[in-house]
Amino acid sequence: MTEWINVVVQGVLVGGLYAMFAAGLSLIFGIMRLVNIAHGDLIVLAAYIALVTATTLGLNSIVAMVIVVPVMAALGYVLQRLLLNRTLGDDLLPPLLVTFGLSVIIRNGLLELFTADSRRLQAGAIEVATIPVIQGISIGMLPLLQFTLAVVVIAGMQFVFYRTALGRAFRATSDDPTVAQLMGLDNRHVFALGMALSLAIVAIAGVLLAVRTNFDPAIGPARLIFGFEAVIIGGLGSLWGTLCGGILLGVAQGIGAHIDPGWQMLAGHLAFLLVLAVRPEGLFPKIH
Amino acid sequence: MSEALLDVDGLDAFYGDFQALFGVSMQVEAGAIVAVIGANGAGKSTLLKSIAGLMDARPAAIRFGGVAIGGGPAYRTTARGIALVPEGRRLFPSLSVEENLLIGGQLGLPGPWTLARIYELFPMLAERRTLASTALSGGQQQMAAIGRALMSNPRLILCDEISLGLAPIVVRDIYARLPSIVNEGAAVVIVEQDIVQALTASNHVYCLQEGRVALAGVAGTLTREAISAAYFGV
Repeated sequence: MTEWINVVVQGVLVGGLYAMFAAGLSLIFGIMRLVNIAHGDLIVLAAYIALVTATTLGLNSIVAMVIVVPVMAALGYVLQRLLLNRTLGDDLLPPLLVTFGLSVIIRNGLLELFTADSRRLQAGAIEVATIPVIQGISIGMLPLLQFTLAVVVIAGMQFVFYRTALGRAFRATSDDPTVAQLMGLDNRHVFALGMALSLAIVAIAGVLLAVRTNFDPAIGPARLIFGFEAVIIGGLGSLWGTLCGGILLGVAQGIGAHIDPGWQMLAGHLAFLLVLAVRPEGLFPKIH
Repeated sequence: MSEALLDVDGLDAFYGDFQALFGVSMQVEAGAIVAVIGANGAGKSTLLKSIAGLMDARPAAIRFGGVAIGGGPAYRTTARGIALVPEGRRLFPSLSVEENLLIGGQLGLPGPWTLARIYELFPMLAERRTLASTALSGGQQQMAAIGRALMSNPRLILCDEISLGLAPIVVRDIYARLPSIVNEGAAVVIVEQDIVQALTASNHVYCLQEGRVALAGVAGTLTREAISAAYFGV
């Protein structure tokens, strides 16, 4: 029995990470109807930037976030202003193709720079620290930190979106970009701020991923799929739904892996398909 | 000679290959109410959109306060002191009534209009400030759209078809507030299909016909015959 409780608890904690993959993705789609195919590779890019920062400056990986987050946010702003804004329009296809190209470029660029060797970020003593809950169940400090950060990120996004002038600008631009301009909002700038926020979340997720597991330049697309699945399970446009979607995906993968290690991915995809079949609009769709 | 607040001079406007305006000229003095009338497709909305910077235009074709502003960009329009109440109201559906007003005033330009003053002008909105803008009736939405435009403390406010789809009593109610808007110093341009409403409310009238100014003059001096000739082109 405790064995299964353990599986579920670990699944929930991993789910926080998946929710963070998803949050940045759905933020961008919500604001500018852009499906960012390069999202997973940007997560991996953030992991490598963290690796370089941590090794050259001799920082703890978690502390390196202080540098990786602003770097990725700045990259997001510039990327949107110089490239992605030019692809936006009535047609959904150009941004899809351009971010697909971006994904290939990032992956191969990383391969060229860092080889295909698998890497790992060191986080020091926190990696092995655990909190015993009851006999047979203990929670790792690192997964707990990941999950807590995910909740903080989602709550922070919720706050920004519904309580601040920036969030108001995001929602107005998403509703009606033409009229938003007449309120003095420069769409190009608003979209760039949205991408900056998205990549700031990507940076946190990338560092946490890299501390948790081995990574190499090719693992981006799978993270993109996890992100997509968490968004769809939770329901588009709902931030807390995205967290639930991530948790459900994490638990399903955990249960699958426990039955047979080869079933981890399969179980996640099956849970996703099941939700899609029963509730195509997701578990917590945003009602307009 | 003092320059008019808004000086449109020989404005052409295009939708792709289709020309919607042909050399339109119009002047609006500070504090005036100017009506633009004309049949469907005469170019009234295009004229307002051009002034708001949403259409391509020769910069010098539109001068506001002496500055050439033709061709936008639209996101500078508010900062320059022009506010548009768009046709169909176009409130932001995912924002509450109050957020719609706040986003209108988000540039923080100085002037007489504040959230409190808007609620004074339209008390109905104060009662419904926390509702989604989609929960308002048509008339209330129109009031919110006008309030949103006023929140930027414009020197010129452009109203596109504010009576469209509203009950006559509601239209009268909204037009009754126009003087209090003008008293605060803003000039108003109203685009209307309802000629009687337009003539009663305004000092100056421009009648457009197929993208050209067919008639212009002081509201009281134009005869019915002249107006219907300009309106229908017969």
